[in-house]
Amino acid sequence: MSDKPAVVCEGLSCTLPSGVQALRDVSFRLQAGGLTAIIGPSGCGKTTLLRIAAGLARATSGRIQFLRRDGSADPIRAGHLAVCFQDARLLPWRKVVDNVALPLELAGVGRRERVARAEAVIHAAGLDGAQSRLPAQLSGGMRMRVALARALVTDPTVLLLDEPCSSVDEFTRMQLDEEILRVWQDSGATTMLVTHSVSEAVFLADEIVIMRRARVHSIHRVALDRASRDRTSHAFSQEVELVMRSLAVAAGVVVP
Amino acid sequence: MKRLSEKMREIAAPLIAVGVIAVAWEVAVIATGVSPLLLPRPTAIGQTMWMNSEMLLSATVQTAIAALSGFAIATTLGIIGGSVIAAVPVLRRSIYPLATIVQMVPLVAVAPLFVIWLGFGLPTAIAASAVVAVFPVLAATIDGLRSVDHGLREIFALAGASTWTRWRKLDLPASIPAIMTGLRIAAGLSVIGAIVGEFVSGYGGAHAPLGIVVMTAMREARTDLVFGAVALSAIVGFVLFGVVSIVGWLLVNRWHASGQSEMEIRR
Ligand SMILES: Nc1ncnc2c1ncn2[C@@H]1O[C@H](COP(=O)(O)OP(=O)(O)O)[C@@H](O)[C@H]1O
Ligand SMILES: [Mg+2]
Repeated sequence: MSDKPAVVCEGLSCTLPSGVQALRDVSFRLQAGGLTAIIGPSGCGKTTLLRIAAGLARATSGRIQFLRRDGSADPIRAGHLAVCFQDARLLPWRKVVDNVALPLELAGVGRRERVARAEAVIHAAGLDGAQSRLPAQLSGGMRMRVALARALVTDPTVLLLDEPCSSVDEFTRMQLDEEILRVWQDSGATTMLVTHSVSEAVFLADEIVIMRRARVHSIHRVALDRASRDRTSHAFSQEVELVMRSLAVAAGVVVP
Repeated sequence: MKRLSEKMREIAAPLIAVGVIAVAWEVAVIATGVSPLLLPRPTAIGQTMWMNSEMLLSATVQTAIAALSGFAIATTLGIIGGSVIAAVPVLRRSIYPLATIVQMVPLVAVAPLFVIWLGFGLPTAIAASAVVAVFPVLAATIDGLRSVDHGLREIFALAGASTWTRWRKLDLPASIPAIMTGLRIAAGLSVIGAIVGEFVSGYGGAHAPLGIVVMTAMREARTDLVFGAVALSAIVGFVLFGVVSIVGWLLVNRWHASGQSEMEIRR
């Protein structure tokens, strides 16, 4: 895991062409190999933050850096950083296996190797038997799994997930969360997970960054150790409640 | 392939309508006693076509070659040109509006120019066919490419794909539904263009195309033969249109959720 960079975000601000200020002086750090959740209301700038981290949008000021363990900056190359967007973004004419293998194909990996690697992540994402289906033949939850598998296929060191569960039901979300957890533990990638769900954040994250109105409101370190993250336990609901309270404060509906 | 047979039925329905109209026509001509010089009966047209089948078949082949070649050139130039124009903003602002205006020039007026440039015969018919058919392909390609999903483009940007790679693996396949719409229009236009080209440049003899058959028959006041040749040119257009429609449908159908319910029910 030592080769995974930390992601350091310093004083990041972003004014969109429309004049909307999507981010104001946002600072936080994603631990190397850690899983950080970003939580906040719609429109608070979460997607913008992730897009800047991925190099798809530019910050107006401030910066995001990927730092190696020795403190040197690591310029992120294609394939080392992977994004799973809010929508699955699959090519409708490609079978699942060819959608998953796309990043490898674009990186010039040969047919045989990329199919083998795609099949391995398809298995890890719980999509066995769906290899030769087209996206139109899959449920919403399965499409998100395909998108997740595609993000993982290059074995990235930084993984950015933008509300991967927002379009699926609670039942599928829990299953997908198990998948995300396993995948993160297997890969050890430095992961940023944008979510709306407090229980999802508590279940998956080491740290929870609570955002509001384009700013970081507070950062919550999840006190539960990984082994005891049982959704049905008392400790788990207490932790959820704690984060809920921070959220309520951020939303201004209770006084701290 | 249940949906394919549905598509076939869609194509068969207008054929049946043609049959009904032919019967009504026949009855109307007999009932009113119109001179066959003005309006021959469908059966008389059929008889004439049968008696001249060898000549008409050869003419149809000639015209089909011109239309098909024109269509192929229009498809190639339309897709390449459209892709270049869509990719280069300066061209999109300059050439595209210009092409829209040029497209409004009546072909019949321009066709003689092709005779000057290309001489009499097949090349002029092909050129005329390509020129009328290219615009809908060009416009459809540009429309298709401009509406490629931005989110999908980001997937390619993240992977560091070149413009050329993205065009091959994303832009072009994603534009196929739009391009197919353009090709269906171009299919009909390519036959019209070929016939107009033949009017001005074709010559008689063993390899006379349909355009020349029509002109000759008109001069000889053989109305039934004019109708026969016109019917055959319509059939060339119809077949081309049908083939393009079926190919387009086969390519695109499986992408959409509409194909899903059926596939899942069968399972
Ligand atoms: N393409 C865009 N053009 C204009 N405004 C945008 C665009 N994308 C997002 N915004 C605005 O920027 C703000 C932050 O959006 P976003 O980062 O998508 O928030 P979140 O992901 O937290 O819901 C919102 O006010 C949104 O309306
Ligand atoms: Mg968002």
